[in-house]
Amino acid sequence: MLRLEKRPAPSRAWTAATPVLAVVLTMIAGGIMFALLGKNPFEAIRIIFWDPLFHESFAAYSRPQLLVKAGPLILIAIGLALGFRAGVWNIGAEGQYIMGAIAGASFGLAFYPSESPLIFPGMIIAGALGGWAWSMIPAILKTRFRTNEILVSLLLVYVAEKFLASAAVGFLRNPEGSGFPGSRNLSRIDSMNNPELISGTGMHWGVVMAFIAVIAAYVLLNKHLLGYQIKLAGQAPRAARFAGVNPNRLIVLCMGVSGALAGLAGLFEVSGPAGQISIDFNVGYGFTAIIVAFLGRLHPIGILLAGLLMALTYIGGELAQLMLQIPAPAIQAFQGMLLFFLLAVDVLSTYRIRFKKEGVA
Amino acid sequence: MTGEPLLSIDNITKAYPGVVANSDVSFQIQPGEVHALLGENGAGKSTLVKMIYGLVRPDSGSMTFRGAAYAPPEPRIARSTGVAMVFQHFSLFEALNVAENIALGMENPPPQRDLAKRIREVSEAYGLPLDPDRLVGDLSAGERQRVEIIRCLLQDPKLLIMDEPTSVLTPQEVEILFHTLRKLAAEGTSILYISHKLEEIRALCDEATILRLGKVVGKCTPRDTSAAEMAELMVGKSLATPARDNADLGEVILKVSGLSVEPSNPFGTPLRHIGIELHAGEVLGIGGVAGNGQDELLAALSGEVTTAPGTVTLHKNPIGDKGPNERRELGILCGPEERLGHAAAPDMSLVENALLTARQRKNLADSGFVNWGATRAYAEKVIADFDVRTPGPDNVARSLSGGNLQKFVIGREILQDPTVLVVNQPTWGVDASAAADIRQAILDLAQKGAGVIVISQDLDELLEVSDNFAALNEGRLSNVRTTRDLTMETIGLMLGGAHDMHDLDEEAIHAEA
Repeated sequence: MLRLEKRPAPSRAWTAATPVLAVVLTMIAGGIMFALLGKNPFEAIRIIFWDPLFHESFAAYSRPQLLVKAGPLILIAIGLALGFRAGVWNIGAEGQYIMGAIAGASFGLAFYPSESPLIFPGMIIAGALGGWAWSMIPAILKTRFRTNEILVSLLLVYVAEKFLASAAVGFLRNPEGSGFPGSRNLSRIDSMNNPELISGTGMHWGVVMAFIAVIAAYVLLNKHLLGYQIKLAGQAPRAARFAGVNPNRLIVLCMGVSGALAGLAGLFEVSGPAGQISIDFNVGYGFTAIIVAFLGRLHPIGILLAGLLMALTYIGGELAQLMLQIPAPAIQAFQGMLLFFLLAVDVLSTYRIRFKKEGVA
Repeated sequence: MTGEPLLSIDNITKAYPGVVANSDVSFQIQPGEVHALLGENGAGKSTLVKMIYGLVRPDSGSMTFRGAAYAPPEPRIARSTGVAMVFQHFSLFEALNVAENIALGMENPPPQRDLAKRIREVSEAYGLPLDPDRLVGDLSAGERQRVEIIRCLLQDPKLLIMDEPTSVLTPQEVEILFHTLRKLAAEGTSILYISHKLEEIRALCDEATILRLGKVVGKCTPRDTSAAEMAELMVGKSLATPARDNADLGEVILKVSGLSVEPSNPFGTPLRHIGIELHAGEVLGIGGVAGNGQDELLAALSGEVTTAPGTVTLHKNPIGDKGPNERRELGILCGPEERLGHAAAPDMSLVENALLTARQRKNLADSGFVNWGATRAYAEKVIADFDVRTPGPDNVARSLSGGNLQKFVIGREILQDPTVLVVNQPTWGVDASAAADIRQAILDLAQKGAGVIVISQDLDELLEVSDNFAALNEGRLSNVRTTRDLTMETIGLMLGGAHDMHDLDEEAIHAEA
């Protein structure tokens, strides 16, 4: 009989090994799914994980996409992870991402056609503020009225999407766009452009900011008192209060930081890769970042790696749709499996499995 | 009483990974006998009774109940065979009344009215006053225990197991309970009584089996054996009683006046007009049955709950509105009752847990950045000075035994050299030798001039360490009395809440005379 036995302390080896194991299990289960769909599973897995980086004809296009896609995921996930560590569940990063993009784009376009070099820095600040302000709604409702931040932040995503649609066809619509929805193309306006910094790498300011966020979060969690308080509040709320941590202050701080980082991700996306505010500007980075945060064990370095891996499955998934006609929902299911298996094998780090023969009753 | 034993336990062994809970344990219980199972925390008492009650199955060995082989696979079978158990922690629903709670534990509950009638009959027959229509949430700990006992008695058991039943009772309630148990035994019901309180066992039990580290280390007849002899068998060595030189009380350092706090949850206890004067060098013991405001009082003193500035003063400075860290800087340190989750974070290392309360006074952080080197050194010092048994400071708090973690938590505060130390249940669930160490450390601290408040439900502990004594009852604190003038009876009355008015009357009479 199989039995689970709680370990006296979580195993460090298994904590590091479970993400790798989850990836392997996802490949196996995903392979079976692809085989049932009538596709060659080995080819599908190779196309998803290998071809985007090393295929002789696609790699030149898809390799820079890796950083373009991973940048916002990492930036958002770092902010979310701080909150998740403290037991503050911001599920609405997608909405904060949208609001950051709208706020940043609005700031820039308000000065159009000015050529001032201060416009882009101003947009960055406006983007961060936009995401921050949107996250303050669930934060203040929680601290004042004990509402559930999971529900409020999630539902505000749909409010933000409606606001995005109204902006794209209303106050941000390109006056020279012959009536089509969508704003001016920011990436074609020099003062508002978030350019590719090194040609052929996909590196833009958002990716730089993501790397800075990883380092800052690492220092915060390991060296700083605030990081200690965040961990303490998440693990033992009563002990945190005993240690003088003000829970409301921590909620506002964690929601604020994750909202601001999501807003930044939105701003860098709208001024760079996406180029403009459009009705379907958001593509789900805010939700996928939740998976990235957990896949990376809420650890900054882990999130960096998980963000890159997740970006790879995105690019590879698109490639697989193109090359093997694998349906898009199957690719999404494949990405979902990754989180599913991670949570499932998570049990190994806190429990050990014992095989034991059941005695005679 | 030498006929066929009611229950015979033969060579029972049970091992958990890394620890042998019971090794080759054998003993017999005769019909109508009150049998004590005596041992320290971790001696294997709980595992043994869980096997008798069908919660755990032995690895080897056998049990015989009334002449037939007995191996209950689950508690339901044990109950139908005639074994009932009253647990240390009650499983009752506060929002339901007594009869409903009892019905929940029955296989085929009779209609409420019949059940209420039977509850009344049983409670009168055994001298356990209990109204079946009252809400459990309104009952005292002693009354809740009666619900559990009556729940067992309705099954008409042959063997009643009681796990540490007196830890939540006042002395008077203990007397009522003993009366009931003696009556049950006289009617032929056997009782297996688990405890580490020696005087109780001497007063109640016919036979005793003593466990240490999972093995039977002795059997005795408690009435003919001195408490010291049993203690030595139980602990394996003789214990030093904590002691200190006579206390000279200094000036008042901490003063609490008119402190009232509303509870933060519906079943919490409000504090009402608490007044305390704590002197330098004084150990003030605050007794009381669980749930009478102990947690709330500690929170109000530690700063986790803030009040009007003037309600708490330190050296005449108002501090009632200051939070935990500000109070620490001023020298008020606390050790809460709940070790895991309140005094320490279970999944954090001892180094991280050292930072929890020692940051201010030990300067463990510089402009927000933690000095992990200094923090580790402090954790190591606590471990060394207080003899905390652990492989090292990187082990998580959860991995330590209760006694060792408690030594760490208390040591962490004492080594910060507090002006005032407030501890709640400092030796709860701690083995006897660790408890003696902790009490000695508290006395040494007071000897050096600090004021110490010990909140505890263990009266023996309070009588041993405190200079002055007060009782907490439904959120009110009694007058402070000198401990050495107190009798058990007076303490019982104080704990029950019948104190101040009575005293005033008496004083008035004396004054007139």
